[in-house]
Amino acid sequence: MSAQPVELGAFGRPIRGPSALGGDFRRFLHLTWTLAVTDFKLRFFGSVLGYLWQLLRPLMLFGVLLLVFTQFVPLGKNIHQYPVVLLQDIVIFTFFADATIGSVGSLVDRENLVRKIHFPRMVIPLSVVLTAYFNFLLNLVVVMIFALARGITPRITWLELPLLLLFMGVLVTGVAMLLSSLYVRFRDVRPIWEVVAQALFYGSPVIYVIDHLQHRSFRRPIMMNPIADVLTQARRAVVDPHAPSAAYVIGGAAWLAIPVGFVVLLFAVGFWLFNREAPRIAEQL
Amino acid sequence: MSASTGGVPAVVVDGVSKTFSIPREQIHTLKERALHPLRRTGHERFEALKGVSFAVPPGEFFGIVGRNGSGKSTLLKCMAGIYAVDSGAIYVNGRVSTFIELGVGFNPDLAARDNVALNGIMLGLSPRDARERFERVIEFAELEEFVDLKLKNYSSGMHVRLAFSVMIQVDADILLIDEVLAVGDASFQQKCFDVFHRMKDEGKTILFVTHDMGAVRRFCARAMLIERGELQMIGKPREIADNYMELNFGREASAQEEGHQRYGDRSADIADAWFEDEHGERQTALPQGRPCTFRARVVFNRPSEHPAFAVLFESESGQPLFATSTDWASERTGRYEPGDEAVFSVAFENPFAPGRLFASPWVTRRASQDLLDRRPRMTSIVVTGTHTSGGVVDLPHDVSLERAGETLTARGSSA
Repeated sequence: MSAQPVELGAFGRPIRGPSALGGDFRRFLHLTWTLAVTDFKLRFFGSVLGYLWQLLRPLMLFGVLLLVFTQFVPLGKNIHQYPVVLLQDIVIFTFFADATIGSVGSLVDRENLVRKIHFPRMVIPLSVVLTAYFNFLLNLVVVMIFALARGITPRITWLELPLLLLFMGVLVTGVAMLLSSLYVRFRDVRPIWEVVAQALFYGSPVIYVIDHLQHRSFRRPIMMNPIADVLTQARRAVVDPHAPSAAYVIGGAAWLAIPVGFVVLLFAVGFWLFNREAPRIAEQL
Repeated sequence: MSASTGGVPAVVVDGVSKTFSIPREQIHTLKERALHPLRRTGHERFEALKGVSFAVPPGEFFGIVGRNGSGKSTLLKCMAGIYAVDSGAIYVNGRVSTFIELGVGFNPDLAARDNVALNGIMLGLSPRDARERFERVIEFAELEEFVDLKLKNYSSGMHVRLAFSVMIQVDADILLIDEVLAVGDASFQQKCFDVFHRMKDEGKTILFVTHDMGAVRRFCARAMLIERGELQMIGKPREIADNYMELNFGREASAQEEGHQRYGDRSADIADAWFEDEHGERQTALPQGRPCTFRARVVFNRPSEHPAFAVLFESESGQPLFATSTDWASERTGRYEPGDEAVFSVAFENPFAPGRLFASPWVTRRASQDLLDRRPRMTSIVVTGTHTSGGVVDLPHDVSLERAGETLTARGSSA
């Protein structure tokens, strides 16, 4: 028995398949927020030490690197407030690594949601990024306390930090959209990305600072990496007003258009791919 | 059904098709893709839905019935917006809520309170609503004492109760439900049924995917049967349920291997045995309550005088249900020469409970009761029906109750 041919649309709201964003924006926000908060709570209260474990990882890395680069290889010797710079760099980079690596398998891990309820698919990678953000903010508080303890006084330029965080957020979200949708089809995205993230760790001025590079010709290529710009600018804004700005190191503010443009492009490509894959994700899991 | 009754239907499914393409050779890695950029992988196409159309008026309790892999769950997922349809369209009037699984998003490491919020938000509540309804959820689930217990410490029954209680707190005009009733203990199930009745009374439209023909008959005003992605029929729950049972067991019944054991001196061979429906057609499945006939064709090898023909019907578990013999009708069955044939028939109105019914025919010498041939479980049929009383047969009966002078009489439910 079939429906008589009537003008469709007289039948009310058409059901569209799943999409990246679609539909009710408030529900989108509620879901993203709830998933992120739940995840964060689970990690925070999941074990006895809770947040300490979350903090311990960057702190351990910080301790080891600090020891190596101040005692064994005196890399940080001539850098003003090197320990603070190092901790801040590690916290920013940890955010990047946690959010992106965490997002890779997010759609696959949340299979039971994706296959069983209708919701905008973008919720999943975004909630992973948001959880990493919560963690990031808490870690930044630790950085601030450490900075104050080391005698750094708050300056107006600290207000640049939220802008830098936003920029990191755009970068990380772009990568998260790209990786999570690719991973649904290609399972070697995870190991590949872990290697790339490792390379980026050394390719960004995390343990060193850009103006101490011996070969000046390396500076500009490294600054093409947006993370390098964020780290360099954050160092100047928070720790050392005499450190060069990102614009200075790259050779003029105009050059910054390249890393910024790259982030925008990455976000656009990530969104395009995710949006294209979104309707079929539930079937491909 | 028609689109015109009662204005606009709650749900319209218009020519919906859905094909899954399953790669024959899965490329799972970028490496393979990079090494073989030009290799095209073949795809198996699986047509899960083929041009399905129907409409459901507001306030109807509509059943969607089909075997495993028939496409019924795919249909529900398309209606829920979880799968994108390839062609056709689906329209709804009102808020839709989907329950494909109870407790979607439940996290074992969180307490009931958090899980109720989480699940409620998943199902479409705002965080505030989810919090406000928490007390009602817990009360309905009867889990007041366990509010702060982590979900991983819940028994499976408690888990189900909590999930169901959240589900019914969700406001929706149209509910899409996939087999969530098949869980929980008897008293909780009764509670669920009450809720469904209430929802029905509140005028909610409910689309209900199930295998449980009892539930279809109890709740649904109409139902549809879907098989291999195609809509077979839409009709009264009873018709749908009967068709479903036939579909389900009909094919299986003929595939079933029949008994090979034989006893007797083979002075006669029971060459064939079968069941027929009321029209004299051979069947492998027969509806409960309808007239049917068992027949066995016997070929004689040696002269026999007045042999007795008999048959025993057994349940699947081997319990004898009923036996009969020509002895009880007439002892004089005649004289047979080698090569003579006879067909022994037992006609009855099928009273047996749904399930497999085996027939073991035999032929004996009249005087000595020596076996000429006996073939245990030589053939079988599947009795189809929707009424399962738990007994092995369902007899025509009347149920009555007398109370202080008034008499309440109800017909028994034999088909």
